[in-house]
Amino acid sequence: MIQIENLHKKFGRNQVLFNLDLDIHSGGIFAVLGPNGSGKTTLIKCILGMVIPSSGEIEVQDNTIKKNWKYRQDINYLPQIANFPGNLKVKELIRMIKDLRQKESKEEVLVKLFGLEPFLDKKLGTLSGGTKQKVNIVLTFMFDSSLIILDEPTTGLDPASLIKLKELILQEKNKGKTILITTHIMQFVEEMADEIVYLLEGNIFFKGSVEQLMTRTKQTDFEHAIAAITIQTADA
Amino acid sequence: MRSRWSYVYFLFYLALGFVLLFLNNDLSKAVITLMNVIIVLVPLISTIFGVMYFYNSKEFTELLLAQPLKRNSIFLGQYLGVAGSLTMSLVLGLGIPFILYGLFRSDAIWDFSLLLITGGFLTLIFTALAFNISLSNENKIKGFGYAVLLWLFLAVIYDGLFLMSLILFEEYPLDSFSLAATMFNPIDLSRTLILLKLDISALLGYTGAVFKQFFGTDKGLIVSILTLILWTVLPIWLLSYKAKRKDF
Repeated sequence: MIQIENLHKKFGRNQVLFNLDLDIHSGGIFAVLGPNGSGKTTLIKCILGMVIPSSGEIEVQDNTIKKNWKYRQDINYLPQIANFPGNLKVKELIRMIKDLRQKESKEEVLVKLFGLEPFLDKKLGTLSGGTKQKVNIVLTFMFDSSLIILDEPTTGLDPASLIKLKELILQEKNKGKTILITTHIMQFVEEMADEIVYLLEGNIFFKGSVEQLMTRTKQTDFEHAIAAITIQTADA
Repeated sequence: MRSRWSYVYFLFYLALGFVLLFLNNDLSKAVITLMNVIIVLVPLISTIFGVMYFYNSKEFTELLLAQPLKRNSIFLGQYLGVAGSLTMSLVLGLGIPFILYGLFRSDAIWDFSLLLITGGFLTLIFTALAFNISLSNENKIKGFGYAVLLWLFLAVIYDGLFLMSLILFEEYPLDSFSLAATMFNPIDLSRTLILLKLDISALLGYTGAVFKQFFGTDKGLIVSILTLILWTVLPIWLLSYKAKRKDF
């Protein structure tokens, strides 16, 4: 699905990603974890072509992403901060994105699922943070794409919506989609993720399943295991 | 662009056109007054609009970047949206009162169209410059500052420097120097072009005569229009070059 080789990214003098290799096969939920500033979002943006790598190769579905934009047709992306143009109505935004994609979409189901009907005629600028995030989720999940990238999908969601989101993600997984998630909510990862990619200082520090992580760190609790992995490095 | 401001801009020109015609009662005189307004105001408004729009639509741009779209088409689309609506406001806002006044029956029609064409060019040029500035500056305040400085430099300071250099080097032949210096500033170029077309180059004194010789001919007109086109194309090209390499 995604192959990354020797990926480097510098922002000025700040080296964010250093010699990163990653291979993500098709199908399943991959959690990209790491402390703040470890390069999670940069990695995702590199895959999306929003950040241009300093060097290295990225291939998505066997297409190199350099100077290519059509491959994004098959990616759904949920950005970390749901900032939308404030003078557009929710309805208009959905229609616009649909126009851009020219793909079949199932926004009605999702709007109903998250109870967004009363907001369809409201301007995006007047919505609360959580509602914006729901709109964001609708925009992300309304198309049928084989790769779904979620950058902190849980921010601002109430518990009921969180459960719906989880169901939605599992549904997509069962359809054989590849899902990439970054989050800081460990419970969410433990419940959902098939595989963990742990980033530290711009490189992959650990890649494997939740159980592998537990045995490696000799912890019984997932949250402690993640904390332990960070402490191990501090000692080393 | 769903912006109230472009309507305000349109109404402003509409009102300006009517007031000038009412006060002057003469088409060609109104054209001269308009020139002074256009030369200074159009670049200012285009610069500020360009910067404002770019920063305001930043989130939207990021949303679009994740969609299957070419970067070039995103940025050029935004640019054409802003520059296009500004040009439309200018042309319609000034065009309507002048047409109502009987522009088509007067001799001032060519002067007037030249005025609108240079106004259009100035809009395109300064919006492109503004987009370039805001693309290279993450910081809104900085971007705004640079954009206003650029306008101030080209609209006011450049003229001062130009005049000072003319006085300093009085004893030398300055024809080609002043011609070149004019070409390097789109505002000066537009002003000279319109002044000469209006046939009031006598106001410009000695250099005016040289300019007249140069700009007054067909060749001069073509060269100056080409320079304006170059001034438009270069920033747009730079914009697309930068946009392709930028991280979001």
